[in-house]
Amino acid sequence: MRNKTLRLGLLSLALALVTSFALVGCGKGGSTNAGGDTSTIIVGTTQDIDSMDPATAESAATREILFNVYDGLVKPDTEGNLQPAVASDWTISPDGSVYSFTLREGVKFHDGTDVTAEDVKYSIERYRDSKTGGSLVSAFEAVDHVDIVDDTHVDVVLSEPNTDFLAYFMIGITPAHVDDLDANPVGCGPYRYVSRSPLENVVLEKFDDYWDPEGAAHIQNVIFKITTNTDSIGMELSGGSIDLFYRLPETQLDQVSNDFTIYEGTMNLVQALYLNNSVKPFDDVRVRQALAYAIDPQQIMDYVSGGKGVPVGSSMYPAFEKYFMPELSDTYAQNLDKARELLAEAGYKDGFTFTIQVSSAHPQHIETCEVIKEQLAAIGVTANIQEIEWNSWLSDVYTGRNFEATVVGLDASALNAPSMLSRFTSTAGNNFINFSSSAYDDTYAKAYAATDEAEKTELYKQCEQILADECASVYIQDLPSFVALNKRFTGYEFYPLYAQNIATIRPAE
Amino acid sequence: MRYILKKIASTLITLLVVSVVLFMSFQLISGDPATRMLGTSATPERLEALRAELGLDKPLIIQYLSWLQAFVRGDLGTSYVYKQSVAGLLATKVPVTLWLAGISFVLMCALALPAGVYTAKHAGSPTDRVLMVANQVIMAIPPFFSGILISWLFGMVLRLFSPGGFVSYERSFWGFVGYLVFPAIAIALPRAAQVAKLLRGSILEEAGKNYTRTAYSRGNTTSGVLYGHVLKNAFLPVLTFLGMSLANMLAGSLVVERVFGIPGISTTLLSSIGNRDYPVVLAIVMWIAVVIIVINLIVDILYRVLDPRIAEEG
Repeated sequence: MRNKTLRLGLLSLALALVTSFALVGCGKGGSTNAGGDTSTIIVGTTQDIDSMDPATAESAATREILFNVYDGLVKPDTEGNLQPAVASDWTISPDGSVYSFTLREGVKFHDGTDVTAEDVKYSIERYRDSKTGGSLVSAFEAVDHVDIVDDTHVDVVLSEPNTDFLAYFMIGITPAHVDDLDANPVGCGPYRYVSRSPLENVVLEKFDDYWDPEGAAHIQNVIFKITTNTDSIGMELSGGSIDLFYRLPETQLDQVSNDFTIYEGTMNLVQALYLNNSVKPFDDVRVRQALAYAIDPQQIMDYVSGGKGVPVGSSMYPAFEKYFMPELSDTYAQNLDKARELLAEAGYKDGFTFTIQVSSAHPQHIETCEVIKEQLAAIGVTANIQEIEWNSWLSDVYTGRNFEATVVGLDASALNAPSMLSRFTSTAGNNFINFSSSAYDDTYAKAYAATDEAEKTELYKQCEQILADECASVYIQDLPSFVALNKRFTGYEFYPLYAQNIATIRPAE
Repeated sequence: MRYILKKIASTLITLLVVSVVLFMSFQLISGDPATRMLGTSATPERLEALRAELGLDKPLIIQYLSWLQAFVRGDLGTSYVYKQSVAGLLATKVPVTLWLAGISFVLMCALALPAGVYTAKHAGSPTDRVLMVANQVIMAIPPFFSGILISWLFGMVLRLFSPGGFVSYERSFWGFVGYLVFPAIAIALPRAAQVAKLLRGSILEEAGKNYTRTAYSRGNTTSGVLYGHVLKNAFLPVLTFLGMSLANMLAGSLVVERVFGIPGISTTLLSSIGNRDYPVVLAIVMWIAVVIIVINLIVDILYRVLDPRIAEEG
């Protein structure tokens, strides 16, 4: 017993020293990607994937990764136009009730089988089925049935006409013979699934038999690395653990070394101070307008993102070129006298106090709240900021509609106007701000039913105008988005909706 | 034998209480797995359907009993988020934390034990003073800060590893261990400082006791007294702290796992709470409870070995 403790101590010391010194050398290798290797790109993402199956994938962070694995009948380009993909051509019946697709020949799934008309029918029916489909069910419910005309022609018949439906066919075509896509993802996109480890990574590799030589991948391996700690992104980029990070906070920009190219775009969302239109005092349009007159988006942009960002004046962001109305952001140019006047008219001469609930996971939104609080103080309105966890936000604010005001960014799930505008119809299940206007409901219904493209666009614009005039919420901006890409690579492209197309990225030389 | 039965019974009761409290706390936090999974595409109908699918629409007591029934049979359930078995999910996360804890513990002992003995033996010397000041400073640095410091120093300046470049042990075992050494330093340092201080104080206290004087009077050298008589007694209080430290390390170091981007059980626990992935949260908390109970048991037994008087009293 005598010297055992000591011997134990000395032994452990020796052991530890030997191991740590021996291992320090090995630590250099690892998953880092320094040097000139361009066969693998490591992409940082802050959220874990929620499903590898496009039917049940919910978050935008997941869909933008799945964009690489699954190709749909159509595929968006960087301008937001829908281009042929699995379908080489299509026609839409004049009333918008039948979508006829001609399937491209020679499109192969990752398991080597051909994409057939049966697979297309199976995929669309699966997205419609509430047992297997997720958030897409509400859109695909409009599909009445799918007809296989012949081996290369498929007709999709809608139960009610809708000329805006094409955008939904971006969703991936999947093989009818694969059961569990979450565990065994098979698509026909430029990259195929290799492996996945929860909270660690998702690994993809180039699909050699991709149908489109022009859209094919350049880089052999892609590792999406899950990095939940955004504070260390700068260090991870500079240290070589990440080659591409597409949601870089403005505050981390100066921490990124010269080895990186910074791309600047927008996040494709509408950030606003969303007001619950059914609670006092926000049920009074004059109060909502008073807040809008008191808030200056430019100051918010200066504070939150170094003056970058695009002001928006309604529920539409600039990437929707066809629908976006830049002039609406001038509807309520800052005017404190006007704001006080409106408050007095509404009976709040001495101002009032309310609470803004904001997700603690979104620093830009919290900073926006801080500026708003200052700006509203000038007209005697006191805003209390309450940070809540994202899940509480989802259940209390978004689903429960139990809030006064919140700052958040709303994005589009599909490349069409309804995905930004349908939620403000008075009966919409996701109308969390309880906006209610019969003029809006009528105009939206007319726009939805219209078949003439110009008329339709005009009506959707009227909807945006109503949201601005009624001041449904205080619209602020489309936030800037910064992307850092290691200079060994080039070719990052922004898309007008959630898509991170790794196939466009290629070695720099 | 009775001792062991008693311990097993108290372990089971502890686990039962922990699981009940945990189940009830799920009700207190707002949001459930369904709201999280559906996100902004949630509608009341879809929420209801998903809750029914996950069994969340049943009364709490039924949910608890069915979980307990499965747990007793060794079935940890299925993760809501990852749709794979919780056991399978944790099988890839627990080894990471085990290794991190192991390396941290070895490092801690290797640093603290010699330092404690040395400073006690040379108490009052300049080296002792310098070491004790350094000790205070290290104790005062929180792990998240030392973590960032270590990342910066070893990662950015010395380029010995790349921050955030965690390597899975399946890909490269030595790369994995090599990466973990650095977070292990962040975990081990403040605890090593505490152990050293504790050991030094304990040795000095024992050195003032009568038996030590007797040992000296019998003609022993300083080293002889220290290693032959004092150390064994001085080590007892330190043992408790070492046990506690090991239990804490095995339970996962939340801050360090986060700073270094290590997908261990702390990271999994945190993200599962955020996701309201209850089966995963329950399994990890049960694991932590078991670890703490088992380590306490081992410390208890070691005590009896080192000091037979304790066993007689018990």
